[in-house]
Amino acid sequence: MAGNGKPPVLVVVQLSGGNDFMNTLVPYTNPVYYDSRTNVVIPQDQVLPIDNTVGFHPSCGPLKEMYDRGDVAVVQGIGYPNSSRSHFRAMDIWHTCEPVEVGAEGWLGKAIREIDPAKENVLTGVNFGKGLPRAMAAPGVPVSSVGDLDNYGLMTGIGEADQRTQALDIFKRMYSPAVGSGPVMEYLAQTGSDVLKGADVLRQAPLKYSSDVEYADNAFAQSLKNVARVHLADLGTRIFYTAQGGYDTHSNEMPDHPRLLSDLSGAVSDFFDDLRAHDSSDNVAMLVFTEFGRRMKDNGSGTDHGSGGGAFIIGDRVKGGLYAEYPSLEPREWENGEDLKHTIDFRGVYGVMLEQWLGIEAAPIVGGSFEQINPFAA
Amino acid sequence: MARTDLALVAHLMRRAGFGASRAELEELAEKDYAELVEDLLHPERFPEVDENVLRRYNDGEAIDVWASRWIFRMINSQRQLQEKMALFWHQVFATAWYKGEHTLSMFQQIDMLRRLGLSNIRTILIELSKNPAMIFWLDNNENHKDEPNENYGRELLELFSMGVGNYTEDDVKQAARAFTGWNFEQPIPLYPHGHYTPKFVYREDDHDDSVKTFLGETGRLNGEDIVDIIVKQPAAAKFVIRHLYNFFVADEPQVPAWNTVPPRDPEAIEALVEAYFESGGEMRSVLRVLFNSDFFKNARQIRVKSPVELVASTVKLAGTHRFPDSTLTSLAAASALMGQHLLNPPTVEGWHTGKEWIDGGSLNDRVNFAVDHLADLDKPGMQAVIARLGSNGDTVTPAEFVDRVLDLAGPIEAGDETRDGLMEYAESGGDLAFRTEDERAASSARVGRMLQLVVASREYQFA
Repeated sequence: MAGNGKPPVLVVVQLSGGNDFMNTLVPYTNPVYYDSRTNVVIPQDQVLPIDNTVGFHPSCGPLKEMYDRGDVAVVQGIGYPNSSRSHFRAMDIWHTCEPVEVGAEGWLGKAIREIDPAKENVLTGVNFGKGLPRAMAAPGVPVSSVGDLDNYGLMTGIGEADQRTQALDIFKRMYSPAVGSGPVMEYLAQTGSDVLKGADVLRQAPLKYSSDVEYADNAFAQSLKNVARVHLADLGTRIFYTAQGGYDTHSNEMPDHPRLLSDLSGAVSDFFDDLRAHDSSDNVAMLVFTEFGRRMKDNGSGTDHGSGGGAFIIGDRVKGGLYAEYPSLEPREWENGEDLKHTIDFRGVYGVMLEQWLGIEAAPIVGGSFEQINPFAA
Repeated sequence: MARTDLALVAHLMRRAGFGASRAELEELAEKDYAELVEDLLHPERFPEVDENVLRRYNDGEAIDVWASRWIFRMINSQRQLQEKMALFWHQVFATAWYKGEHTLSMFQQIDMLRRLGLSNIRTILIELSKNPAMIFWLDNNENHKDEPNENYGRELLELFSMGVGNYTEDDVKQAARAFTGWNFEQPIPLYPHGHYTPKFVYREDDHDDSVKTFLGETGRLNGEDIVDIIVKQPAAAKFVIRHLYNFFVADEPQVPAWNTVPPRDPEAIEALVEAYFESGGEMRSVLRVLFNSDFFKNARQIRVKSPVELVASTVKLAGTHRFPDSTLTSLAAASALMGQHLLNPPTVEGWHTGKEWIDGGSLNDRVNFAVDHLADLDKPGMQAVIARLGSNGDTVTPAEFVDRVLDLAGPIEAGDETRDGLMEYAESGGDLAFRTEDERAASSARVGRMLQLVVASREYQFA
């Protein structure tokens, strides 16, 4: 469906900790906002207005520019019923689409299985960061998870080429499938084999890459740079995953949150500039999400865990604008008497990315049919 | 003559400690198993590592320097269970350096966990609530009489003592109010004097002394009362026990699933919960039951090593880092690369353990660390294995070669795939021989490579 004839690629960005959506897309003309937020609040004259009801946080400059170019769909009020206030349970729910039971399979893991059922490419799904997110994990689905792209590769310390080859051959044999040895041993066998297959290919990516874009020196910007390096190396990766941490702003939100938003919007903007300069942006869409929004009222220094939050869908093929409804700020509409109430189910937004972008049936992955928006240009 | 099976001693030392060298295992096997457990449970029977000595040889502000001094203790302390319990509680009460970048308060917290880790759960939770690093980490210094901040109250219930589903949102709010006024004295600023240790302070004027109802009990509850109510809940006993089981016996699913996924071994949990209530929450008593149980003794090689366990056990195998110099910091960095940055867990949830330690990136780093660490044949642990193989007789057949190295590196029980791979290597060079200088050199190199292959195996990923 992408214009450059290449299959669509999805980049998922997780904002860990619960981003304060009200201070990201600020309802800057609503008096309830200014009544509720006394200390942790963005003054009206600092907001970057989108229309006469909402505007971006002043640290979202590059994101606002992308928005003005029509590349950003803001999904307002994303969430799900009976939102969990536990980070970990909430993140699990977002990763597995299982709001009641504890799910074992991640939604992107299932998508990778659909995209590459014969497991032809261990790089169909690639995560950058420490630890494989549950969203990417599904039994039997090969996924590559890379902490440090420049040092990826097994037994690189064995210098003599023929000896390393022998050691890798034996490694391959030691990690061959062991039926009946238990799920963890089988998982290790698969992971070891995937690393063996993927590492030497992935290691080529940095060598092929050159760019005029200078990414910032923060972990998240470097992760997106790694996504760009692998995407531009054309290794067949269809789903990328990475995360930016630090959004659990119970205290000191006023100094901390702007830095996070600035790192986020700068890196995302650099990333798309980089892809565009290589004529490789047309088949890439990015979904930015967080596990929940924060409380209507601040606690004097920060904000406690809430429910309804916001997400962004970004890319050249995106029809920019505001989607779904901003949650009502009327106190009688507050969830639990203190939170923003969601207006669109996250599983509907996953459905958008799966069906309208990747061309995969959503219902079996997200567990049912949920209302979708239409953020992509025809 | 050994009184305890060497493989069982090795299992105990991998779990209750960070592994042991072959010579240490042989010495320990001279004692009865129950006696070994008592030695572990009574760290005061053995000399303490002197932090001042560690600082003299390995000093600096960087967090990895401090983390590496802890790794030195894991490798060298004779009080192995004390360090293991400190790591256990660090995993459960995950507090990270990155928020305050105040290294001394992180050290102070770990030292508290080291001192109290084997004591009573009530003592531990109260000292935790008074710990400046924790107070800052979960914003209890921002939890005021007039503006409560529920971060600590929530995580105390959700992550430190009971788990989701065993309390209401209102209990969270009441617990937060009970801990208002629990604060610390702001230490003197970093510059120009360096770090100072902060101190707990109770600010009565900032404490909400009104009547609260928490888990069904009503009164002018303060923080101590909240802990008292928590520790007598069956849910709290079960939660702490399940953590102990997950850490010492076998991997459980991740904590958020505990409310719906039953324990792997319900009878074991029940036995330990009984020990918890019988002893009034004494960790030493619970662990005595745990280590002496059959479910523990039989749980061999089924728990995925955490990165720092992998690092420490590999260093013990190589026999290096017996002296506290600055080369230790590379070990803290290696553990961080594999996903466990000591003193700096990613979030208050702590690290995801078990199978979740492993993904392509971390497996890559685990294998490379272990293989690289055993690359130098001159390391004492390598020399010890080579010497033992060389004393086996004139020659060692490929099958003996594989068996002996698996035995000396663990003992490790290897599956067929691993054994086949190792046999392929052993057979590729024929018998080992140690008769001449040249044979000794060639055979030593092959023993070294065999050890490298063993630590690259799947089985080596388990404790």
